[in-house]
Amino acid sequence: MRRLLFLAPLAVFAALAAWLYVGLGGDPARIPSPLVGRPAPAFAVDGLATADLEGPALVNIFASWCVPCRAEHPLLTHLAEEQGVAIYGIAYKDRPEAANAFLAELGNPYRKVGYDEDGGAGVEWGVTGVPETFVLDAGGMVAFKHTGPLTPDAVRRDLLPALGR
Amino acid sequence: MTRPAAILALLLALLSAPAQAALDASEMLADPALEARARALAKGLRCVVCQNQSIDDSGADLARDLRRSLRARLLAGDSDEEAIGYLTERYGDYVLLEPPLKPATWALWFAPVGFAAVALALALRYFRRRE
Repeated sequence: MRRLLFLAPLAVFAALAAWLYVGLGGDPARIPSPLVGRPAPAFAVDGLATADLEGPALVNIFASWCVPCRAEHPLLTHLAEEQGVAIYGIAYKDRPEAANAFLAELGNPYRKVGYDEDGGAGVEWGVTGVPETFVLDAGGMVAFKHTGPLTPDAVRRDLLPALGR
Repeated sequence: MTRPAAILALLLALLSAPAQAALDASEMLADPALEARARALAKGLRCVVCQNQSIDDSGADLARDLRRSLRARLLAGDSDEEAIGYLTERYGDYVLLEPPLKPATWALWFAPVGFAAVALALALRYFRRRE
């Protein structure tokens, strides 16, 4: 056994290399949100403010200029209409007319829409891009953050459980 | 312009520092001391959508928003720590270009020292034995 001790550094190196290699495979766009586990951040924009949010609910950051937002839109509509999920929308860096035209065209799944024209509310929510979706639990705490367009899988696996369903 | 003068002008243009990358004048604060603090802090904050550029360097929209938020905090009277804390509360430690020293990052900060110490100990033992 002692004779094999010289292999120990090699083993340590191999373990470290394997660990770091796995880390390379991660998606650098997935930044864990420090908001999870904390109350919804304080913000107030035209049409929506923190006090309006009643959990359990989703807060969806969208924009009319955002192509993936179109892709996830049918899912939001389904959640709102078929499953009765409360969804609040924040139109990020978008003119209100453009956001309203987007909702007129595709349907409005939101209980309320806030117009964050300059992206200030986006900073409060730690938004890095659109779409992003936050889950608020019954107590109004942020329970989960989804970055990027929603998928049926993500809804089933992450969003519904976080909503307490 | 004569040809040598033109060449000289071109060389000088190439030598001059590139224009202050991202920041435009309209963003700057009127108080030069506050502006200097904002610039210094911005150099240590990551533009979270561009991985390894500071918000001072980056021309991304989000970097501009973060610069604006940072300046708004300083104008409101925040200390440097409070202004940085405001951003880490929203974007996490990821927004810091230099990872903070805390239990979760001890391995990151001290592992190199640890490895060097182990290597030194092993080397000392090896050479002692040979004597």
